[in-house]
Amino acid sequence: MAAVSLKVNGKSVTADVDPRTLLVQLLRENLRLTGTHVGCDTSQCGACVVLVNGKAVKSCTVLALQLEGAEVLSIEGLAPADGPLHPMQEAFRENHGLQCGYCTPGMILTAVDIVRRKGNDLDDKTIREELEGNICRCTGYHNIVKAIAAGARAMTSGAAANAAE
Amino acid sequence: MSATGIGAAVRRKEDHRFITGKGHYTDDISRPGQTYAYFLRSPHAHATIKSIDAKAASLMPGVLAVLTGAELAADKIGSLICGWMIHSKDGSPMKMAPHPALAHGKANHVGDPVAVVIAETLAQARDAAEKVKVDYGVLPAIVDPAQAQRQGAPQIHEIAPNNTIYQWTIGDANGTDAAFKSATHVTKLDIVNNRLIPNAIEPRAALADYDSGTEAFTLWNTSQNPHVARLVISAFIGMAPENKLRVIAPDVGGGFGSKIFIYPEEVVALWASKKVGRPVKWVSDRSEAFLVDAHGRDHVTHAEMALDTAGKILGLRVKTIANLGAYMQVFSSAVPTYLYATLLSGQYQIPQIFCEVDAVYTNTNSVDAYRGAGRPEATFVVERLMEVAARELGIDPVEMRRKNFIKIFPHQTPVVFAYDAGDYDASLKKALELADYKGFAKRKRDAARNGKLRGIGISTYIEACGLAPSQAVGSLGGGVGQWESCEVRVNPTGSIEVLTGSHAHGQGHETTFAQVVSDRLGVPIESVSIVHGDTDKVQFGMGTYGSRSGAVGMSALVKALDKIEAKAKKVATYLLEAAETDIELKNGQFSVTGTDKSVPWAGVALNAYTAHKFPGQELEPGLKETSFYDPTNFTFPAGCHICEVEVDPETGSTEIVAWTAVDDFGVVINPMIVEGQIHGGVAQGIGQAMCEAAVYDKDGQLVTGSLMDYCLPRADHVPAFKVDTTMTRCPSNPLGIKGCGEAGAIASPPAVINAITDAIGTEAIAMPATPSAVWAALQKSGRAMPHAA
Repeated sequence: MAAVSLKVNGKSVTADVDPRTLLVQLLRENLRLTGTHVGCDTSQCGACVVLVNGKAVKSCTVLALQLEGAEVLSIEGLAPADGPLHPMQEAFRENHGLQCGYCTPGMILTAVDIVRRKGNDLDDKTIREELEGNICRCTGYHNIVKAIAAGARAMTSGAAANAAE
Repeated sequence: MSATGIGAAVRRKEDHRFITGKGHYTDDISRPGQTYAYFLRSPHAHATIKSIDAKAASLMPGVLAVLTGAELAADKIGSLICGWMIHSKDGSPMKMAPHPALAHGKANHVGDPVAVVIAETLAQARDAAEKVKVDYGVLPAIVDPAQAQRQGAPQIHEIAPNNTIYQWTIGDANGTDAAFKSATHVTKLDIVNNRLIPNAIEPRAALADYDSGTEAFTLWNTSQNPHVARLVISAFIGMAPENKLRVIAPDVGGGFGSKIFIYPEEVVALWASKKVGRPVKWVSDRSEAFLVDAHGRDHVTHAEMALDTAGKILGLRVKTIANLGAYMQVFSSAVPTYLYATLLSGQYQIPQIFCEVDAVYTNTNSVDAYRGAGRPEATFVVERLMEVAARELGIDPVEMRRKNFIKIFPHQTPVVFAYDAGDYDASLKKALELADYKGFAKRKRDAARNGKLRGIGISTYIEACGLAPSQAVGSLGGGVGQWESCEVRVNPTGSIEVLTGSHAHGQGHETTFAQVVSDRLGVPIESVSIVHGDTDKVQFGMGTYGSRSGAVGMSALVKALDKIEAKAKKVATYLLEAAETDIELKNGQFSVTGTDKSVPWAGVALNAYTAHKFPGQELEPGLKETSFYDPTNFTFPAGCHICEVEVDPETGSTEIVAWTAVDDFGVVINPMIVEGQIHGGVAQGIGQAMCEAAVYDKDGQLVTGSLMDYCLPRADHVPAFKVDTTMTRCPSNPLGIKGCGEAGAIASPPAVINAITDAIGTEAIAMPATPSAVWAALQKSGRAMPHAA
């Protein structure tokens, strides 16, 4: 066993883990944050995407011990517990960008990362290319693409509103 | 239409928990003291199991038990079953071979579980499994269904000589022969309907907990039909009586058919939880899902269509070999028979149809229902024949279809079904307009100038849904009734719980069922909760598959609401001191016709429970009603999908540049959700047509055993979809619903292939039409360069 200290959703966490423990196992089993899902064992499906230091990472492909000192954001931490939803969450709901919901946390966090890298004005082609690492079996992607475009736009207006305050 | 009633695009009630990471999927649930199961699986497609030495494994750290098929047999755990009896043309019953949850004596496909390790952690169970020594005697394997029946092929099950499960026929052989004799043209096609792996993104999982105090089991599992799972595990496998077995299917991450079935792993988890006296959790990894989740399709077909000079269809003759894999599964016998051959009439007036189906065992994983289940295979046969026949006869494919459309309803086909309602030309016409069919020639010329081959493909499909009238199902060999149940519980404060036997795993029932209640009773949807997926809460139900939840599950809800409304009106008569016939319910108020006297819904609910205003001897207190709804007919959703593609002749890569879907689903409860079902279904059909294929090598090794080898459609493989509807009401159920869950996957594969073959000018291409397949077809046909045309 080995110790690792990191921040998860803003809270400091120290865990004693088997060295082969993956980040997704740390989140799901040690911290009981079960919103991060495992859809494959080959880093193909993206259901397990979380943000590590602000960047999208497949948590099934990272050892927990690699995360010493890192800041991890999982779906549970995207919006404040009692606050409003994050604009990207709201956009997925409004645009019916989910059906069974299993790929959704990974999709939403990937979408937030796309906006970070590509900005708030996203065309369909860009979104589809950027979703290369995320599989959805239910929606045919049509409404996910719509949701991400809408969520990206809403993130600008959210930022503008915050700046104006 | 109210803002939350029938027809409104209400945003989904269930979404909040999914977008915030608060869903409860099976693997999210843990029990105190739970252990973990890891299955050791056969690496061989066909091998005797000479011995299993588990001694070293059982001494590994954390190991509680290593269990094998011998112990399963000793404990008299029964065989897994197929629940639909098909008789061969000679009258003999299908040859259902034993299917033990752990292979005993012989393994029959790669992935067949031979032992299970139960340990404190999953890592310990995996480590220990590596120490289990299995001595296999490798046998020759048979993989190709077309070769399975030949003399000298390896024999898989003693009960099934020549690996033949059944040889079944439907239709009039002599009449069909006569139709072919009178034909001036016969179109012939050889078709392989490619084998698919469903790949719901949530892997299957089971958490089993045996309580020795009450001698009762609880099973959380990824099921589309938990009551059926309980019935089979109880009545056939003999794990426990139904009253001592609770099955809970919580949030389930997609199913597409693959989670209908009762699988070895959940049976073993239950059995092991009693043996080790601790809860046992098993979660499939994706590699296991590829090997052992029931696959779909896998037909080898020769089909012929007889026509007259004007392009009228005279008859259809089809011979199909269906690969059911190494073991039969719950519905696997029905898929290539009553869910396939009965749909071969398509949307067309076809006087004579004869179809022969041979179902065979091979040393591959089980094949059963996958989204569409038989109907995509039928639609592919019919719609490819139509297109090729039109091209051979020089008739426009649109006109060819119109010429043969069924126009008068009800219409009895030569293959069981009586279509009750439809307007096939209406959906075709609308789709042609939306797709700008008239402008296609210009778009093709423009594409050619850019060095691209442009093609357009039509699919006018029909399916049979709303499974199904129980007597009809019984007469065709089905082992269960196909009704659905619903219980409506009104609470004293007026809030409502709907307990349905339907099960949602992405379909949005928590919203749409609440819309039906809101529409009927005038209550806000927020005060309606939908309860499903727990055998301790819902008395019984048949679950969700075959696009049946709207047509059958909601019909049961309507029947229960009829009773609720009738009872509530009785309560209201006492409150309003009026005759029952004068009371009407509108917008959540009971009022006396022609007066201003009224009482709100919540007031009636409260009084139903306080029972202060009526004598309990005359009217029972409480407000709770149940209905079991048995459909009177199948439903027949139909429509038209049009696919437009551009092929790059240099590389064979194909882009779908436009997709138009116009479907007739009868009455639509929530158009947003229905459109989502079409998007998803079409994407899966595009997957079948262009990228997905389960490939076994000649030794029975699955070559496409991961998401790196098996191509699931990603966002840039599919286009944005243009989706619309037409409407003929379904006459057989109270809401007029036909069902929409499978239509996309049924309609789309022939639309894609018709478009690609139109583009490349040769019919010689099989699914999946990958870039290399398209490129090879172009090279072979000599049409590789559009400029030369």
